[in-house]
Amino acid sequence: MIRVVLPAHLRTLARVGGDVELEVEGNVTQRSVLDALEARFPMLRGTIRDQVTQQRRPFLRFFACSEDLSHEPPDTPLPDAVASGSEPFFIIGAIAGG
Amino acid sequence: MSKVRLLVGTRKGAFILSSDGKREKWDIDGPHFAGWEMYHLKGSPADPNRLYASQSSGWFGQLIQRSSDGGKTWEPVGNKFVYDGVPGTHQWYDGTPHPWEFKRVWHLEPSPADPDTIYAGVEDAALFRSTDGGQTWKELAGLRGHGTGPRWQPGAGGLCLHTILIDPSNHRRMFIAISAAGAFRTDDAGKTWQPINRGLKSQHIPDPTAEVGHCVHRISMHRSRPGVLFMQKHWDVMRSDDAGDSWREVSGNLPTDFGFPIDVHAHEPETIYVVPIKSDSEHFPPDGKLRVYRSRTGGNEWEALTRGLPQSNCYVNVLRDAMAVDSLDKCGVYFGTTGGQVYASADAGDNWAAVARDLPAVLSVEVQTLP
Repeated sequence: MIRVVLPAHLRTLARVGGDVELEVEGNVTQRSVLDALEARFPMLRGTIRDQVTQQRRPFLRFFACSEDLSHEPPDTPLPDAVASGSEPFFIIGAIAGG
Repeated sequence: MSKVRLLVGTRKGAFILSSDGKREKWDIDGPHFAGWEMYHLKGSPADPNRLYASQSSGWFGQLIQRSSDGGKTWEPVGNKFVYDGVPGTHQWYDGTPHPWEFKRVWHLEPSPADPDTIYAGVEDAALFRSTDGGQTWKELAGLRGHGTGPRWQPGAGGLCLHTILIDPSNHRRMFIAISAAGAFRTDDAGKTWQPINRGLKSQHIPDPTAEVGHCVHRISMHRSRPGVLFMQKHWDVMRSDDAGDSWREVSGNLPTDFGFPIDVHAHEPETIYVVPIKSDSEHFPPDGKLRVYRSRTGGNEWEALTRGLPQSNCYVNVLRDAMAVDSLDKCGVYFGTTGGQVYASADAGDNWAAVARDLPAVLSVEVQTLP
């Protein structure tokens, strides 16, 4: 079971109260986690990744195990602790804007 | 007794204001979508409980929300806006070619006849249509593709398609406006388009006959006379009596002819409203006095409407989509400010009152007159 922590506005949009738990088949990567997330919560499509290019939106970052994984290729395996569910995969909004 | 519902989009959420036909007491419901930029909300003329809302944020991009119960509950629908074919380029601020990139939806215009058909005006400028209640969107690519698109250039607020008018007597005819490209018309439901900017004069364009490049801020019409159009341009208030084929200036005695919104009285096709703003770099009313100007002669002769509006130290702006009229008798007129006030007049502009004072900056105001 993969744990995903969403920014507050996306929790509201997805109508979830806390962390999201997802089943991910095969390799646990950014792409497979986000695919599973969007499959379960279709309203999140386009809010984390561009709908066409699938690139991370510029003002969002991906973190896990105290590491910034934002610039990792999307098919790179996530840390074992994320794959095992002992550590969450964080989607974080940049500290920006007004 | 009739009711009135105001749909107010702000920089940090949407608000729904309700009143009875007297329009004296208002209930404020919101914020809906707190923290998000709500560029525009609009109800379907064919089903007033069907509302659509444009929800966006710099972090999370664009969403479209739909309500089937007058705004009590909402559901996100489709937000995939993909330009048709190879998008090509428009001009960037420095005149170099720049690829078309979708940024946000500025304006939503539901079909007069079908609650599931809706048009979206987007930045970078293009027109999209959904025929399934907003679930899927398809570009009406004839607009960008008719020939002048590569010469369009963004205004300070972006290359935005912000105005969509559907001819109530002929739904195949539509008018749209883009900052800073100009106004365009289709007579075949969006398949083909032509620029309709003859007569517009813009200081920043050396060619006085330029087909495009004009910074049109807003167009409006009266439903009984869809061939008569009124325009608030960057500078100049303009009028066309031939569906946009030609324009003439009707700024007349306005204290300044810069501004953003323009609207037409619901029952008097020659009565129009603007909010003069000092200049393109000073986006506030002249002399710190918030004044709506009304012409009862279709332009040229204007009177200041001040009763109930702040007449000192007022330095707010009124944005292009932030004025609306209801269809009651007497006609109600409404506008919102960047200072978070929503002003209402229940007597065609003679008297005004703030029905909300401390909202986030108002981006848009629409009104629904309900039975």
